[in-house]
Amino acid sequence: MTVFVIRRLMQAMIVVFIMSIIVFFGVNVIGDPVYMLVSPDADQADIQATIERLGLDRPIYEQYFRFLAGAWQGDLGNSFIFGEPALKLILHHMPATLELAFTALFMAIVAGIPLGLYAGLYPDRAASKAVMAGSILGFSLPTFWVGLMLIMLFAVILGWLPSTGRGDTVNVLGFETSLLTADGLSHVLLPALNLSLLKISLAVRLTRAGVREAMGQDYVKFARAKGISTRRIIGVHVMKNIMIPVVTVLGLEFGSLVAFSVVTESIFAWPGMGKLLIDAILQLDRPIVVAYLMIIVLFFVVINLVVDIIYSILDPRVRLQDKTT
Amino acid sequence: MIDAAQNALPEAEKQLIDTETPFQRFRSEFLESKVATAALITMVAIIILAIIAPWIVPQNPYDLAQVDVLDSRMAPGSEAFTGYTMWLGSDGAGRDLYSAILYGLRISLSVGITSGVIALLLGMVIGLAAAYAGGRTENLIMRIVDLQLSFPAALVALMLIAILGKGVDKIILALVVAQWAYYARTVRSSALVERHKEYVEAAACLGISHARIIFRHILPNCLAPLIVVGTVQTAHAISLEATLSFLGVGLPPTSPSLGVLIANGFEYMMSGRYWISVYPGLALLLTVVSINLVGDRLRDVLNPRRNTGGQARSAK
Amino acid sequence: MTNTLEVKGLRTHFFMRGGVVKAVDGVDFSIRKGEIMGLVGESGSGKSITGFSIIGLIDPPGEIIGGSIKFNGEEIANASEERLQKIRGDRIAMVFQDPMMTLNPVLRIDTQMIEAIEAHRSVSKQEAWTRARDTLGMVGIPSPDERMRAYPHQLSGGMRQRVAIATAFLNEPDLIIADEPTTALDVTIQAQIIYEAQNLCRRTGASLIWITHDLAVVAGLADHISVMYAGKVVEQGATDDVIDRPVHPYTVGLLGSVPTANKRGKRLYQISGMAPNMMALPEGCAFKERCPRRSPECEKTPEITNRHGRAFRCHHPHVEGQS
Repeated sequence: MTVFVIRRLMQAMIVVFIMSIIVFFGVNVIGDPVYMLVSPDADQADIQATIERLGLDRPIYEQYFRFLAGAWQGDLGNSFIFGEPALKLILHHMPATLELAFTALFMAIVAGIPLGLYAGLYPDRAASKAVMAGSILGFSLPTFWVGLMLIMLFAVILGWLPSTGRGDTVNVLGFETSLLTADGLSHVLLPALNLSLLKISLAVRLTRAGVREAMGQDYVKFARAKGISTRRIIGVHVMKNIMIPVVTVLGLEFGSLVAFSVVTESIFAWPGMGKLLIDAILQLDRPIVVAYLMIIVLFFVVINLVVDIIYSILDPRVRLQDKTT
Repeated sequence: MIDAAQNALPEAEKQLIDTETPFQRFRSEFLESKVATAALITMVAIIILAIIAPWIVPQNPYDLAQVDVLDSRMAPGSEAFTGYTMWLGSDGAGRDLYSAILYGLRISLSVGITSGVIALLLGMVIGLAAAYAGGRTENLIMRIVDLQLSFPAALVALMLIAILGKGVDKIILALVVAQWAYYARTVRSSALVERHKEYVEAAACLGISHARIIFRHILPNCLAPLIVVGTVQTAHAISLEATLSFLGVGLPPTSPSLGVLIANGFEYMMSGRYWISVYPGLALLLTVVSINLVGDRLRDVLNPRRNTGGQARSAK
Repeated sequence: MTNTLEVKGLRTHFFMRGGVVKAVDGVDFSIRKGEIMGLVGESGSGKSITGFSIIGLIDPPGEIIGGSIKFNGEEIANASEERLQKIRGDRIAMVFQDPMMTLNPVLRIDTQMIEAIEAHRSVSKQEAWTRARDTLGMVGIPSPDERMRAYPHQLSGGMRQRVAIATAFLNEPDLIIADEPTTALDVTIQAQIIYEAQNLCRRTGASLIWITHDLAVVAGLADHISVMYAGKVVEQGATDDVIDRPVHPYTVGLLGSVPTANKRGKRLYQISGMAPNMMALPEGCAFKERCPRRSPECEKTPEITNRHGRAFRCHHPHVEGQS
């Protein structure tokens, strides 16, 4: 097991390294942000000074190594716009995004899996067909449009929920979270719902497909031949088998939740990393873009690693295979 | 000669020989689902509308001579200054929304389909090459594919736009890069299955060239899943472009796709002028959902492992 | 004394999109306590479906549409699912063909065996565990304690099948239905498994239906044999009788096509033609297309004839005094 983890860790580090090269060279080779930052009537000397201050006149590979050295120490440069360390800015905004993402994931699991289970066990009932139709819609509708509609319906027309911003926060173990206040919950509900719609649809379809496949397997027939109650067959035999792919996919999708939050945060003006990124892209604030991308890459790599480990825990065939190699 | 052989078969076995071509069977099965048929009709209608748009709209919304700011922000059904009816209202600059939507459809569809086709070709070539080459080449290529697939397409596109900047060609490039990996993986999976089948070995034994084997033998068997993925991916591409444009990092205002239109109307939503965003949104919705439904149905019909009631289980 | 199992006129049909498959269309047999019956036929003959019908595992689009299945005197052909669930695994047990597929790959062996006990008896976990372990020992599995904690994929094919058989015997059922249990195994293992099964049956007094396509397998195992073709029983009798003096042309063909030492050098007999399409069975005798003794009379479906403890369904059986 340890060999397995170490091997995956090394793979992960290689990936991060490669991505850092791609990201850095990509962002810094194209585009010229200097002209964004100096006032229009700055003279050549001012521009030169700015270039030197930001280190933009050094050869590109030197810039890269400085970048790496800095990254190792947690310094990814300062934001051009805000003047503060990019990493600090991103980390400051991360809790809000994570809050949104976890809430959405929670919704996906709590709503998606039971619905998918139902649709898989009773595929011919009208309710099941409705659920599947809904899942196709949930899949196809562009997230941002759904967000708009949600705002229109619940905030503008019905006035039940606020349309923008994050609610009151409470400090828990050093983190600010808005999930523990009523005001916070009312603010997080719509954006989380918006973000989770895609995942709920995915969970429904996955669970349903898994159930359909599992029910046709011989081990189910054998369990029935042993006289095992239907409840146990579904609850133990089937669930354990489908949990593997479901957990794996949902785990991997968590990463995309964080990424998609870009859209939701923009619409609902939720103060998370995503909104920060969009603004940075529009304003050519390179350090923030680079820092965000690196954090996201790290995120994904870690998530992939964790999911792999969970998968090997859940599926005894994988776990024991690695033991013997 | 074949007739004689058929005549020699006993009665019962003659009944087993199909009288339908596979395509006819596919078509009749596809059309069995009313929903999918409706979706197909919608999809085709939308495409046709987009193509003939310039001829059926009352106003070219991007010809500044025809646009009058006095017409702006009018509710649906109102009459424009120049006399025609704006069935869907007008936007902030006075453009007739109905016209703008149809023009927007053209752009959304062309960007989505173009990037989809390029990504398909690119992914197909790479996937085929990987499957056929095998060994370390294949491993290397697939690692790159997996690496890219572990990031959501939206993020990849965002990253590229952050790097490349804005512009129609850059958007298409970003969409292509975001999508090719799906095609590559799909093609490689089917090609891999085919490659290990005996008919490929047989062809190789006969000395048929590699290229011919790939294109004449393996490729046709990969088409089915490719079509399914292609449909769904195109819908995603259209959706993705709209999302990016909405966020402001997609198409520039000079090529206003549906996403740009929706973005333009966002600011008016709070003040009750919902139509500026909602109608383009509905058009986008209809397009993407209908393509997805068609793709979904295609997947059900083309899936070789599907268990219909018609498959006679070998009764033991 | 009541027979353990009495099947009369069983008909199980499958209603598919393309037509009706009469998988089982007229099957009769009886089994006494402790008897072993071989149910022989090729793929598509309906032998497995017969087994599933008895244990009540026919799912839509299949349905038992006629006939009676009396188990220990009780009619179970269309009993309620509740009643069937009580019987399954307790009074009637089944062993399937492919043990890799029938054991749940993500659950341990002991879990899967203990649940079979707990479904029907209220015993402590410890008792159930001991019982399972002992039964594993009975089927000849070495170091059963360790095997209990293993997962299916860690055992060989032969072992897995022994586990399946052990599981079947856990609650000391009256009847065991074994559906081609050795078809997926090596020949040497086959012999061992057959031996274990026979042994257990003699020890516990359970009756056994051994379903197979291979006459040779049941020749040394069964007390009596039923041969099936296209959903019907075409021949029945004591094992020695059927093997030495086959009556139905199909049985004759089956026996004739088995390579044995005294046939060396001679051409092996082959039954001509192919297995019938179950969705489009011809009128009359289903075997007529392939039968060397065919005549116009065979356009009529033959009924079962009982004679001297033998049963057959043929217009031209290989019986003394008939051509």
